[in-house]
Amino acid sequence: MTRSISVNGAAHPLPNDPRVSLLDFLRDGLRLTGTKKGCDHGQCGACTVIVNGIRINSCLTLAAMHEDDEVTTIEGLGTPDAPSPLQQAFLEHDGFQCGYCTPGQICSATALLDEIASNWPSDASGDLVGTLTLSDEEIRERMSGNLCRCGAYANIVAAIRDVAEQRT
Amino acid sequence: MIVHEKQDNPDTANRLDGMKQGVLGTAMSRIDGLAKVTGTALYAAEYSADNCAEGVLATATITRGVVNAIDKKAALALPGVIAVIDDPRLTTRAAQGTADEAPQQDPARVCYWGQPIALVVAETFEQARHAAKHLVVDYGEEVDAPVDPEAVKPEEQTEETVSQGDLDAAMSAAAHAVDVTFTTKGHASAAMEPHAAIASWNGDDLTVHASLQMLNYNITELADALGIPEQRIRLIARYVGGGFGSKLGISEEVVAAAIAAQEIGRPVRVVMTRQHVFQAIMRRSESTQRLRLCVDAAGKLTGFGHHALVSNLPGEEFAEPVLQSSHFLYAGANRELKLELARIHRMTAGSVRAPGEAVGMPALECAMDMLAEAAGIDPVKLRLMNIPEKDPEKGLPFSSHTLADCLTQAAKAFGWDHGLRKPRQTRKGEWWIGTGMASAARVHNVMEAKARVTLKADGTAVVETDMTDIGTGTYTIAAQIVGEMLGLAPDRVLVDLGDSRHPRGPGSGGSWGAPSIGSALYVACKAIREELAKRLDIDEPDLALRNGATSSGTQLTELLRGEDLARVGHYEPGAISEDFTASGFGAFFAQVRVNAFTGETRVDRMLGAFGFGRVLNRKTARSQCLGGITWSIGTALTEALEFDPRDGHLVNGDLAEYHVPVNRDVPDLDVILVEERDAAASPIQAKGIGELGMCGGAAAIGNAIYNASGARVLDFPMTPDRVIAAMPD
Ligand code: FES
Ligand code: FES
Repeated sequence: MTRSISVNGAAHPLPNDPRVSLLDFLRDGLRLTGTKKGCDHGQCGACTVIVNGIRINSCLTLAAMHEDDEVTTIEGLGTPDAPSPLQQAFLEHDGFQCGYCTPGQICSATALLDEIASNWPSDASGDLVGTLTLSDEEIRERMSGNLCRCGAYANIVAAIRDVAEQRT
Repeated sequence: MIVHEKQDNPDTANRLDGMKQGVLGTAMSRIDGLAKVTGTALYAAEYSADNCAEGVLATATITRGVVNAIDKKAALALPGVIAVIDDPRLTTRAAQGTADEAPQQDPARVCYWGQPIALVVAETFEQARHAAKHLVVDYGEEVDAPVDPEAVKPEEQTEETVSQGDLDAAMSAAAHAVDVTFTTKGHASAAMEPHAAIASWNGDDLTVHASLQMLNYNITELADALGIPEQRIRLIARYVGGGFGSKLGISEEVVAAAIAAQEIGRPVRVVMTRQHVFQAIMRRSESTQRLRLCVDAAGKLTGFGHHALVSNLPGEEFAEPVLQSSHFLYAGANRELKLELARIHRMTAGSVRAPGEAVGMPALECAMDMLAEAAGIDPVKLRLMNIPEKDPEKGLPFSSHTLADCLTQAAKAFGWDHGLRKPRQTRKGEWWIGTGMASAARVHNVMEAKARVTLKADGTAVVETDMTDIGTGTYTIAAQIVGEMLGLAPDRVLVDLGDSRHPRGPGSGGSWGAPSIGSALYVACKAIREELAKRLDIDEPDLALRNGATSSGTQLTELLRGEDLARVGHYEPGAISEDFTASGFGAFFAQVRVNAFTGETRVDRMLGAFGFGRVLNRKTARSQCLGGITWSIGTALTEALEFDPRDGHLVNGDLAEYHVPVNRDVPDLDVILVEERDAAASPIQAKGIGELGMCGGAAAIGNAIYNASGARVLDFPMTPDRVIAAMPD
């Protein structure tokens, strides 16, 4: 019986080598190269994907651990013909330069909006319980696991703020 | 047809301003942006190659010595291992920017801890990584390699030495003087995309997808390393995940992939680990800098001294050019400038974003703040008073000078208080709050460049050059320049970059990319316009093109008569390079808060105003400035390479221990673009902007820390321990 994983809605058999990280499986096994490898050690966020609705660093987990999980990568969020609102906002606000951290930033931001909607507090939240509002400081805190060496942070915050405001 | 233009004189015609498309300078979004935000842009490691093997570099665990033997048999016995490559042509350092020849080779000779010594090739990445990690190496170690820059006798870089008048006498006679020594730690480029290459051979022809900034030099460097003619090589770098100097020269994984692919007769991919990138590419040298500045009673500089010590490996020519802007930024008749280089066995030192000014300007600008305080003059005014009329050393005129404008506009926008400044005036809870400012300067260079522009019979245009876009916006400004010159909407211009089969551009480095490639495109387009004008029997300047038609309604497609019209623009800077001192200028203002108990500094707001000639795209130019300011924050507060004092190895070679700014470290940033036309900068009147934004910004933060808390920290980065130690009780 083959063990499988669902990526962007399609089922794929898991790799045989137990050492294969989820990140390498996506990039090399499935050729979904939108997910980036910046450090392979959970230090940069370039490999961020959404697994069962939660964002994780795909370099810090083995593919074999994700039997039957639902993974969403940048390719599953939108396409050049039909970009997601966050993808569009990153484009308009120039929330990137080289673009290498960008898929991870956008996956993070996508999950971030859901975290806010479910009132999941962060270090920047005033209170551990109650309804959250999305301040710039909340965005900055929650996006701090995604490094951008090009230094596009100010524009990234603007892009996320824009989409969050459209939602409410 | 190649059209050559050598620029000996300033170009005051400002031809681009007379064009009719109205697209240049606008805040157009990047034309490569959709590919990047949707993850469809392919970076070097992401191309598919049939039957591709994976290579992982093995690196030295000694500081200096020789590799006596590698146990290849044991490695080859591991599952999946195909080869262990230790070919003497393997390179052991990255080439310095614009080297144009192979860097250090011979992997059996170890010069620094972490140097590549071999490549392990296997069927899968996991197998290669495992075998590389377990490679058994027998070293002949040469002990006591010097690793401390302060402990060796340095070499003077005599071409940097300036001695005018008598600085000692000026210092003793001055109304006010400062004599202060700063240190800065080493920096890493830490581009987010690790260096990577996929090499494949077809007979004697080699194709490499790589992550490189300057294919025009890299192809020669690779050919030299491999011992083959460069005509046999094709290098491709369409998307580059950041460079910041680290991808200027050919790097070790490219040469290793090429050699391995030839040896095993299959394509080979080599991706550096993050640790490899940290150890085996480039560091910015640490520096020790003594500043001596003195003024007369009116606040005019009478003396200017800047002495810096930096380091590098034996055999490397590069010495962090710390004094680069000190040579011309401020007046002062009595001048002493000296740069010294210590030869030590830490990893290679080379270009990291804004080599020189990135650390020279912060030290100078903190010293200026101390001088302003000593003289009781507003620091903005002190700078305004000391802007020289002409280059104080060479006597050359400036190509243009926007420092005063930048200082004035930025001070106003920031709400700078020009009154008497005293530290420790504002406290909120645990936090001291204060402000600081600094000037920005970064030398301007423009380089020889070629690009082909083809106006297609269907009325679209194609741009072809080996020039790269490393996040700088080259794709977009190329479409804007060509669109403006030929009267085309930018979406009618296809830009094909990063392929060595195309005409050679200037490469992305030294902030010269946009002005240089932009000038080549301008030359090509002007030649196309001349041909079109001839067909219309009018003078070229009278040709008004917009949206694919002339002002009188003739369609470009008609003029083209079913045929493509192609020109290669070849731009070369001539006498303008020698006749002027050219620089971008700017000003930084910052407000920080400093925790009275922990010494932690948070930047609450920061503003920069920058003058760099014509703005080609307001959106991408602003992003470059934002990036530079973000790097200023890292330089000021967190970024420091740490080396083991025993063996010189880099201790914090990853992104967890080397602290680049994260999102929450960066507040709202304001950028003012002080637009001008610099006729002597380039025929498009533009200068570079990729580095200016970090040339001095760290001093604005350092000066604000002092103004807030009274802690005058003389060592960068200003980490909490250092701030606490310097804080008055
Ligand atoms: S690649 Fe996973 S966090 Fe950096
Ligand atoms: S866009 Fe280059 S690292 Fe973020």
